[in-house]
Amino acid sequence: MPLPYYVSPEQMMKDKAEYARKGISRGRSIVALEYGEGILLVAENPSTLLHKISEIYDRIAFAGVGKYNEFENLRIAGIRHADVKGYSYSRGDVTAKALANAYSQALGNIFTQDIKPFEVEVLVAEVGDDNGAKSEIYHILYDGTIEDEKNYAAMGGQADEIRRFLKDHYQEGMALADSVQLGVRALNVTQNKSLSERDLEVAVLDRTKVRRKFRRLPAEALALLMGTAR
Amino acid sequence: MKIDEGFGWQHAFADYSTSSFMDVLQRQSPHLLPRLEATDAAVTQAPHGTTVLAMRYREGVIMAGDRQATAGFQVASRRMEKIFKSDDLSGIGIAGAAGPAMEMAKLFQTELEHYEKVEGDNLSLDGKANKLSQMVRMNLGAAMQGLAVVPIFAGYDDKASVGRLFKYDITGGRYEETDYDSQGSGSKDARDSLKKLWRRDLSREDALRVALEALIDAADEDVGTGGPDFVRGIFPTVKTISRSGFADVPDDEVRRVCEAIARERTESEQRL
Repeated sequence: MPLPYYVSPEQMMKDKAEYARKGISRGRSIVALEYGEGILLVAENPSTLLHKISEIYDRIAFAGVGKYNEFENLRIAGIRHADVKGYSYSRGDVTAKALANAYSQALGNIFTQDIKPFEVEVLVAEVGDDNGAKSEIYHILYDGTIEDEKNYAAMGGQADEIRRFLKDHYQEGMALADSVQLGVRALNVTQNKSLSERDLEVAVLDRTKVRRKFRRLPAEALALLMGTAR
Repeated sequence: MKIDEGFGWQHAFADYSTSSFMDVLQRQSPHLLPRLEATDAAVTQAPHGTTVLAMRYREGVIMAGDRQATAGFQVASRRMEKIFKSDDLSGIGIAGAAGPAMEMAKLFQTELEHYEKVEGDNLSLDGKANKLSQMVRMNLGAAMQGLAVVPIFAGYDDKASVGRLFKYDITGGRYEETDYDSQGSGSKDARDSLKKLWRRDLSREDALRVALEALIDAADEDVGTGGPDFVRGIFPTVKTISRSGFADVPDDEVRRVCEAIARERTESEQRL
């Protein structure tokens, strides 16, 4: 029986990271923006049935890029975590921070222990309330690295380019229409065509809503906000 | 997880309960599932919710409940809410042992929201009603010892474009009612009243009036049921469920109708 080749831990991690990054860079991008009344999430996603953005709990939303089955599993695990916690304590005790930590632990473990790392990045966003709590956006990478982002975040294929664009153009306290237009322009930076409302999946965590803040923006409403309605 | 045994990929099909919150609890945190061992003392001392009702009207269904919880011969609470929103298009009214009933309403609400988030779609109204059956059945042990929970479930069926309502028995039996129904200690009196007053295609205003008449009749005849409390300003809860969703009938409006009913009844007493 031949002996297995020796691979140094450094080399193994490097290979895994490269593999995961390659998978993620093939996928389309997502941006998150804080605007005057909440948090906006814009994904390039021509499917109206398979979502990349979804509701986790009253104030918390989830977005994933990369391999669909992998981030879908993470999304469902997140909803379970939130619902069980909210059921056993109170709805106010469910926080994005605890959830982001759970994702970070899970992805970290998978990265070091499994042969194949998850080819995903996820975003957990929590909208602030009117009593002074600030909005929070957490960005978790394939290896469990966790970052908290201020004002805006981008992930997926050409995230660096998008982030640079947002850094130059982002303003605080934008109206919803302005932030939608900025989000779409940011995604357009990496394209050679301009995206229409049919290519996008857009949702908001709207501070002004009662209890469940998550709301999807259907294509018709999106066209009005983008100023492309006919 | 047992389901993971056997052929690895098959569990994706066997695990059809991934969208159910109750099944998540059963697997991950069974201690959180409501389970009650009732004793005789618990039965006499535990507060019981009294009268709730639901009826169809032109735009959907209207649900109403009095505000009193009763323990033995004592008033346990004057401000209890018995009608809960279970999702945008349905509501649950609870009668019976107050503690387990409120827990059931909370579990049911979480169950529907969980399904909606995981599947990205709502359960059908029949699916929701069936799920509630299973929850009532889960409580059968406690029910046999006197801590029964008997809900009314009502909602707007957006596929058939009608309001529908369901009643339950303690074994989880589910019966769809076409017109109206009531549960709780004052339910017989409320039903008698509805029998005379309910008509097809009532407007929202008329339906509100009929619902409150029935609750006031129940409070009149049944010691457990609380009537409108003009001194403390406590009035029955009334909710409407229609195409546009689950809505509260504002307290002011309920107060005005209660006052009108009280005035008319006072006048007719004086004429005698």
